[in-house]
Amino acid sequence: MPRQLIKGNEALMKGAILGGCRAFYGYPITPANELTEAAAYYLPQVGGTFLQAESEVAAINMVFGAASAGIRAMTASSGPGISLMAEGISYLAGAELPCVIVNIMRGGPGLGNIAPEQSDYFQAVKGGGHGNYRCLVLAPATAQEMCDLARLAFELADRYRNPVMIVADGYTGQMMEPVDFYSTAAVDPPVPEWAVTGTAETRKNLITSIYLQPDELEAHVRKLAEKYRLAEQREARWENYRTEDADLVFVGYGIVSRVLKSVVEALREQGIRAGLLRPITLYPFPAAEIRRLAGQAAVFFTVEMSMGQMVEDVRLAVEGRRPVEFYGRCGGNVPSVEEIVQHVTQWIDGRAEQAVAEVMHHA
Amino acid sequence: MPDTIPANMKPVHEKAECLYESYFRKGENPHQTHYCPGCGHGITLKLLAEAIDELGIRDRVIVVSPVGCSVFLYYYFDTGNVQVAHGRAPAAATGLKRSRPDAIVISYQGDGDLAAIGSAEILHAANRGEAITSIFVNNAIYGMTGGQMAPTTPLGNKTTTTPFGRAAHKDGYPIHISEVLSALDGPVYIERVALGNVKQILAAKRAIRKALENQVKGLGFSLVEVLSPCPTIWKMDPVEAQRHVREFMTTLYPLGVKCDRTAQAQPLPAPPPAPPLEEFPRLLRIPTEEAPVQRSGAMGEVDCRIKVAGFGGQGVLLLGQLIAEAGMDYGLEVSWLPSYGPEMRSGTSNCHVRLSTRAIDSPLVSKSHVLIALNEPSLRKFMPAVLPGGTVLYNGAEIPEDLRRNDVTVYALPFFEIADKEGAAKAGNIVALGALLEATRLLPAEVVDQAMARVIKSDKWLEIDRRALSRGMEAIRSMKTQPAKEPCHA
Repeated sequence: MPRQLIKGNEALMKGAILGGCRAFYGYPITPANELTEAAAYYLPQVGGTFLQAESEVAAINMVFGAASAGIRAMTASSGPGISLMAEGISYLAGAELPCVIVNIMRGGPGLGNIAPEQSDYFQAVKGGGHGNYRCLVLAPATAQEMCDLARLAFELADRYRNPVMIVADGYTGQMMEPVDFYSTAAVDPPVPEWAVTGTAETRKNLITSIYLQPDELEAHVRKLAEKYRLAEQREARWENYRTEDADLVFVGYGIVSRVLKSVVEALREQGIRAGLLRPITLYPFPAAEIRRLAGQAAVFFTVEMSMGQMVEDVRLAVEGRRPVEFYGRCGGNVPSVEEIVQHVTQWIDGRAEQAVAEVMHHA
Repeated sequence: MPDTIPANMKPVHEKAECLYESYFRKGENPHQTHYCPGCGHGITLKLLAEAIDELGIRDRVIVVSPVGCSVFLYYYFDTGNVQVAHGRAPAAATGLKRSRPDAIVISYQGDGDLAAIGSAEILHAANRGEAITSIFVNNAIYGMTGGQMAPTTPLGNKTTTTPFGRAAHKDGYPIHISEVLSALDGPVYIERVALGNVKQILAAKRAIRKALENQVKGLGFSLVEVLSPCPTIWKMDPVEAQRHVREFMTTLYPLGVKCDRTAQAQPLPAPPPAPPLEEFPRLLRIPTEEAPVQRSGAMGEVDCRIKVAGFGGQGVLLLGQLIAEAGMDYGLEVSWLPSYGPEMRSGTSNCHVRLSTRAIDSPLVSKSHVLIALNEPSLRKFMPAVLPGGTVLYNGAEIPEDLRRNDVTVYALPFFEIADKEGAAKAGNIVALGALLEATRLLPAEVVDQAMARVIKSDKWLEIDRRALSRGMEAIRSMKTQPAKEPCHA
């Protein structure tokens, strides 16, 4: 297939439409606007619906309505807007409605700035809204993945009847790269049998997230938990980059993972056996793979464009068997290859000095 | 009904078909509703159900249940049911109706749900003329949460959150939703009715039926506000509560049609049919044919990092994009990253371009092989980060003395002046592109030409840009004293 040079955000929208997305409800926010604009341009042409909502609160509830009607629906926003959608996301998860929510992350908290960050990790992975629920979370690193993971997101959403979130940073959204659509065969998803579509056959159907009786609600929440347990077993995705013999394993996702590949090369030139574990799904987190690597690697370095969020999941996965170091930048600063290399080599030097000091102390 | 009743003795009044016979979804006491004696919801639901039956639309109806006492509409309505978040029924109904235009979508809300937390959603659904039917039950109090102030609570009323009486200066005035929404151009029909006596109830029935009929005809947004008793929270008996509706509520909230555009309203156009799936790639503008020019196999390893910088409006981003487009056609891996952050909103602009024979890891160009600086501030900012052996193309007659370096090749040329002589000063960025090609031999001119033909949509501009590209190449040829270096070819 020929390749097309397009922005990550546009690649995501095209991938989503090929993957069966037929409705988009959104509200403008930088740096997610190309998604909303692409939806406004393309969806009406393919018989879909685009509507600019009066707020993110309304947008996510319009998605709720469309998903209830059995339509593959999505929205896109950035941190502050995703915060407003948290209520709706909890309801979607509670009502077991599939949908795709894209967060092109920017600097926070509060209004922050419009520069790229990865500081919405907790919000995406740990809940964000109220109650016992999870979103499946995908983290593309290239324009190609923006397209491919959008298709996957709708498949997963339907498979688990659950909201799926795609989190990318401003760079991954704004960057242009060649995208190969591989197959341009568009999906025409069947109407799920549980949907409420305004027909005699679906008249009996009910979409709700209210369970007044404690035992009923507990059963419902346990059912959700079982679904998440299955997803944890089956859906974790990651990329290993030169980890086969790595003593030092970086963990990073999105744009940071690409900087880290350069860092791995630079460190290997210095004789340090470095590698990279890139989570592609942030939930389910590739904990088993990290546990496996903990059997071989001496140290883990988590690098994030935040003050340290994913590092907690890396530590949980490593189970205290190896040191897990952290390096982070925020405010829109992308850590450069040079600064990460410098930071890591200084850490190694410091460890060497510490080891010498310990030996001296015992002598 | 027992089978023993003869056909000519069918009852003249029975429960509406679209209400369940028994409320099994409710669990305990499936023969009775969960509403208090004398509550207006029971009457309103009955009127709604009868209207659905009379119009013969049961199979098409989707009832959107709100939060509040009426949260459990799905206990009673044998129709499609969707239960939604507090205040968001009009938004969810919008998503439903736009997805299933043939469905009859009924959004049902109380006063807290519609007039307080959901005021934005109802205002905008009404303003869009969303083709739904909205039933707004106004009993001027929060019932389910135990009697707190509603936006519609009368002044002076004591509630659990206005224990000394609602005061205008502190709590604001009662909101007249029907009048507010009637001021918009979107709705086709808004009427306020009441449940104060049989006459009022019959009028309410006609209004609800009309609001539904409007949707059947595809006419747009209709809302019926129902003034409704809440005996339990009002601390009145049902008879007293009904009298209160009749004698007090209707003075605060006058009954009647607030807006009716049904006579002149046209049915909303049906959405066009979806195109066949095979059409999608074309509609999504996905290329289906390979670009004809491909890279020659003899080329060595390439890893070129390019920074393009200048003022916003100089065509910095397009210049970078053309390099990336041509690089892709040439069979290379490429990335293009625009300046990102506050700079988007001020005078400067830059982009990072990488061309490589290998997969591109970091798309960020902090150290560059090539710098194209279209103004002096950009030259000052990015010159120090040009790698030794690199190439600098500067839009100026000469490089400022304090920026001179011996370890890079610098071409100072007034690109925009050269373009101006061609009658299109704006094409200075393309002159710079031509200069880049000649100075570095990074990409063949015909590949760049092909990329330009694809990206530049106007024939007039394509012709100008083609001339500009040639001028840029000639300008370098005329000044070159030594063979071109290939800084990116390892």
